[in-house]
Amino acid sequence: MQTTFIILILLLGFLITFQIAKASEYVSVMRGEEKSRKQTNRINGFLLLAFLVLGLIGVYYCNEKYGGKILQFGSAASDHGHDVDNMLKITIVITGIVFVITQIVLFWFAYKYQESDNRKAYFYPHNNKLEVLWTAVPAIVLTVMVGFGLYYWFRITGEAPANAMQVEVTGSQFKWEFRYPGKDKVLGKKYFKRIDEGANNPLGQLWEDSTNKDDIYIVQEDLHLVVNKPVRLIINAKDVIHDVGLSHFRLKMDAVPGTPTTMWFTPTKTTKQMRAETGDPDFVYEISCDQMCGQGHYKMRGTIVVESQEEFDFWMAKQKPKFYFAHPELDPNAPKKDSTGKIAAVMPQKSN
Amino acid sequence: MSNEANMHGNAEVITHHDVHHDEHHVHHHKETFITKYIFSQDHKTIGKQFLITGIVWAIIGGLFSVLFRLQLGFPEQTFPILETFFGKWAAGGVIQPEFYYALVTIHGTVLVFFVLTAGLSGTFANLLIPLQIGARDMASPFLNMLSYWFFFIASVIMFSSLFVHTGPASGGWTIYPPLSALHQAGQGSKIGMDLWLISMAMFIVSSLLGGLNYITTILNMRTKGMSMTRMPLTMWAILFTAVLGVLSFPVLLSGAILLLFDRNLGTSFYLSDIYVAGQILPNEGGSAILFQHLFWFLGHPEVYIILLPAMGMVSEILSVNSRKPIFGYMAMVGSLFAITILAFLVWAHHMFVTGLNPFLGAFFVLLTLLIAVPSAIKVFNWLTTLWRGNIRFTPGMLFAIGFVSLFISGGLTGLFLGNSTIDIHLHDTKFVVAHFHIVMGVASMFGMHAGIYHWFPKMFGRYLNHTLGYIHFWITMVGAYLIFWPMHYEGLAGVPRRYLDLSSWHAFNKFDDLNKMITVVSIIVFAAQLMFVFNFFYSIFKGRKVRTQNPWGSNTLEWTTPINPGHGNWPGEIPEVHRWAYDYGKDGREFIPQTEPVGPNESTDH
Repeated sequence: MQTTFIILILLLGFLITFQIAKASEYVSVMRGEEKSRKQTNRINGFLLLAFLVLGLIGVYYCNEKYGGKILQFGSAASDHGHDVDNMLKITIVITGIVFVITQIVLFWFAYKYQESDNRKAYFYPHNNKLEVLWTAVPAIVLTVMVGFGLYYWFRITGEAPANAMQVEVTGSQFKWEFRYPGKDKVLGKKYFKRIDEGANNPLGQLWEDSTNKDDIYIVQEDLHLVVNKPVRLIINAKDVIHDVGLSHFRLKMDAVPGTPTTMWFTPTKTTKQMRAETGDPDFVYEISCDQMCGQGHYKMRGTIVVESQEEFDFWMAKQKPKFYFAHPELDPNAPKKDSTGKIAAVMPQKSN
Repeated sequence: MSNEANMHGNAEVITHHDVHHDEHHVHHHKETFITKYIFSQDHKTIGKQFLITGIVWAIIGGLFSVLFRLQLGFPEQTFPILETFFGKWAAGGVIQPEFYYALVTIHGTVLVFFVLTAGLSGTFANLLIPLQIGARDMASPFLNMLSYWFFFIASVIMFSSLFVHTGPASGGWTIYPPLSALHQAGQGSKIGMDLWLISMAMFIVSSLLGGLNYITTILNMRTKGMSMTRMPLTMWAILFTAVLGVLSFPVLLSGAILLLFDRNLGTSFYLSDIYVAGQILPNEGGSAILFQHLFWFLGHPEVYIILLPAMGMVSEILSVNSRKPIFGYMAMVGSLFAITILAFLVWAHHMFVTGLNPFLGAFFVLLTLLIAVPSAIKVFNWLTTLWRGNIRFTPGMLFAIGFVSLFISGGLTGLFLGNSTIDIHLHDTKFVVAHFHIVMGVASMFGMHAGIYHWFPKMFGRYLNHTLGYIHFWITMVGAYLIFWPMHYEGLAGVPRRYLDLSSWHAFNKFDDLNKMITVVSIIVFAAQLMFVFNFFYSIFKGRKVRTQNPWGSNTLEWTTPINPGHGNWPGEIPEVHRWAYDYGKDGREFIPQTEPVGPNESTDH
C-alpha cells in the first residue's frame, strides 16, 4: 500500500515537472528564445556558485559529523597502523588543499565568466610557461607523496623481527581458523588432501611430522595476541579467496588458496586499554573478510583479544594440541603436567 | 610532405568513389525499415542503436542499485512488493544474500561494460568519427554493424542469465576465481557464471570489431586538410580509447576462456589446494592470482576506456560553450597519450594486498601516482579554458562542468588508493566504492550526458527539453555528491564493500543514518534519470525542432551537414578543412568553422 502510494506520488510529481518543462519551452519561444536563454543562463550561473558554497559547507559538516568515527582517527592499535595513519594525514592535507582550490576556481570561473553582452571571450589557445608550471608542480608534490608512501610501505612489508610470534590464519566459507605453533615454535607441515574434519584434522596437518604434535588449533574463538609483541600471521585459504581485514590495526592481507601470504605487526593496545580509551565496554577487535567470498561474506567475522604476556600464557596453558584430539589414545591424559610444561616453555621468552 | 600529399590524393579518390556508390545505393535499393533501422550500416544509426541499448541497460543497472541500496539503507525493514516481483530471491520481502550479490555483480558488469563502454564509446565513436573527420561512413560499415550485433547477442545472453533458476553470476563484477570457478562455492557460481563468461566473450568480439574500425577510420579516412593535429579532441580521445581496447580486451578474453576451462573441463589454471563444501579437489599447481593479473590488465585500461571519451567530449563542449579555444591543445593530446601509456603499466595497484612482492608493488605505486600528472594538466587546462570565456550554460555545458568537478574529487581520492601504504587500510572498503563511482562511474556518466545533450540535435534533428535537462543536471549533481562523498568516511572507518548487513559488526554498525540517507537520495537520483529517459524518447518524436544547421555555433564538421543528414552525411562533396577546430573568439569573431580558409590578415597564433 505504502509502496503504491509512493509510486503514485512520484508519478504525479513527474507529470507536473514535465508539464512545467513543456510550458517553459513554449513560453521561451513566445518571449524570444534569446532573452529567456540569457535568463536561464544567469540562474544556472548563480546555482553553480550556490552549489560551491553549500558544497564546501557540506564537506565541512560531513567531516565534523563522521570524522570522529574513523575508528578514532590517528589512534590505530598497531605500530604499522600509525604509519598508515601518518600517510593518511599527509595525503589528506595535500589533496585537501588541491581540492578546495580547484573546486573554488572551477565554480568561481563558471560564475564569473558567464555569458554577458559586455564581454568578448579572450582568445587564449596556450601558454607554455603555465603548462610547464602545472606539469612540474604536481610532479614534485607527487614525488613527495611517493617518497613517504614507499618509506612506510617498506617498513610495513619488511621482514618480521626474529622474536615475532607466529600464528597461522586460515579462511574458509565462512569462518576463520587459527593455529599456534606450540612450544617448539614451528608450525607443522600440512597438505590439503589430508583434510578430514571427521577425524579432527580440519587443516590437513601431517601427523607424521613431529612438529605438528604440539600445534594448537582454535576455531570459533578469539585469536589471542600479546601486546607490544610482534606477531607474524601466515595466511591461508581453503576454498576461495578471503582477506584478513584488521581495521583497528589498519592492516589487510588476502588469503589465497594455494599461495600462503604473510603479514606482521605489533599490537600496541590491549583490548582492555581500547575499552577504556573508547569508553565502550563492549569494544572488541574484529577480523573482517574483505574479499568477496560468497553469500556469507558479510558475516565472516573473527575476533581478537590483545592481552598481556601473563594473560596470554595463562590462556595458552589451557589449550590442548590438536594432535591429541585426533589421537586421543596418545594423550598422556595428564592435563596438569602438560600445561605447566607449556608455561615453563613460554616463560623464558619474557626475558627477551 | 610528399606523404601527406599522397594521402590527400587517396582521400579524394575514395571520396569520389563513395559519392558514386551512395547515389547508386539510393537509386536502386529503396531502404526498407529493416535495412534502415535494424541491420543498418549507417554509422549514425549504429551509434543510436548503441545508445538506446545502453540506456536500456542503464535502467536495469540503475534499478538493481536501488534494490540493493534498499537492503543497505533499511536492513531491518521488509518490502513485500519485492517478494511479489522476485519470489524466492526476496523471500518475506527481504533481499536474500544470494540476490544481493547477484544484484551488485550485474549492476557492476552492466554499468562498466554495457553502459559506459558500449553505450559511451559505441555511441559517440560511431556517431562522431565520420562526422568530425569528414568521412561518409566508417572504414568498414559491415564490421561496424557486426560490432553492434555482437553487443546485442552479449546483451541477450547476459539478460537471459538473470532468469536461470540458480540466478546470474554473483561473485562481484571482477569474478575472481576460485569463487567463480567452483560450482560448489555458491549459487552464483553455477550456470549463471558460464553465461556471464560467454556474454563477456561476445562483448569483447564486439568491442574489438568496433575498435579496429575506429582506429582505421581515424587514421585513414580524414578529409582533405584534416591533419591529425587539426582534429577535435573528441577524435583523439576516441582514437586512444580504441587503442586501449584493442590491446587490452583480448587479455580479458584469454582470462575468461581459461576460467571457462577451469569451470567445465577440469583444468587447473587458477585452482590449487582446494577443499570446498567438504570435498577435496584434485587440482594442484594453478594460481588464483594469475586471473587477477589477466583481469586487471584489461580492468585498469578499462577505466580509461570509460574515461577518455568523456574527457574528449567534455573538452569539446567546454570550449564550444565558453566560446574560447581549448587551452593547450597539444598538452591535452599529450596528456591523453600519457594516460594511455600509463594505463597499461598500473594494473597491479588493484593487487597490493594479494601477497604481491612489495618491491614490485613499489613500482606500481610510482607509476600509478604518475597518472596524476597528465590528469592535473587536463584539469588545469579545463579551468583555464573557462577563464575569461563567455560561458553559455547549456545542459551539455553544465554536465561538462560537473564532470570536471567530479573528476577532481575522484582523482584526488585516487592518490589515497594508489599509494600502497594507505591502500592496505582502504582496499576493498566503501572508500574504493566511493572513489571509483565518482571518478569513473558518475564522472563518465556526466560526460555521456553532456554528449547526449550536445549532440542530440545532430542525432535526431530535435532538441531535448532544456528545462528537464536543467532539473536532471541539478538533481544528479547534488545527488552524486550526497551519495558518494559521505561514503568515503565509511571506508575510512574500514567498512568493507559488498557487506549487505553491518548490524553484527562492532566497528562498522555506526552508519545507519548515513546509509538511510544515501538510499533515499539514490532513489531520487534514479527517478531523475528516468525523467531523462522519458525526455530522451519524447524528444525524439516531439522535441523542439532544430532550425539552424549549427545551433551551438560550433566549428567542427558535423555541423556543416544538413540538419537531418542521410547515409553519406554530406549531400555534395565532403568539405575541406583549413584550420584546427578551436578558433573561437579569434580576431574578434565569435567562431570560425574549420571549413573556412585562413584569411590573409588573420593572426597566426596557433
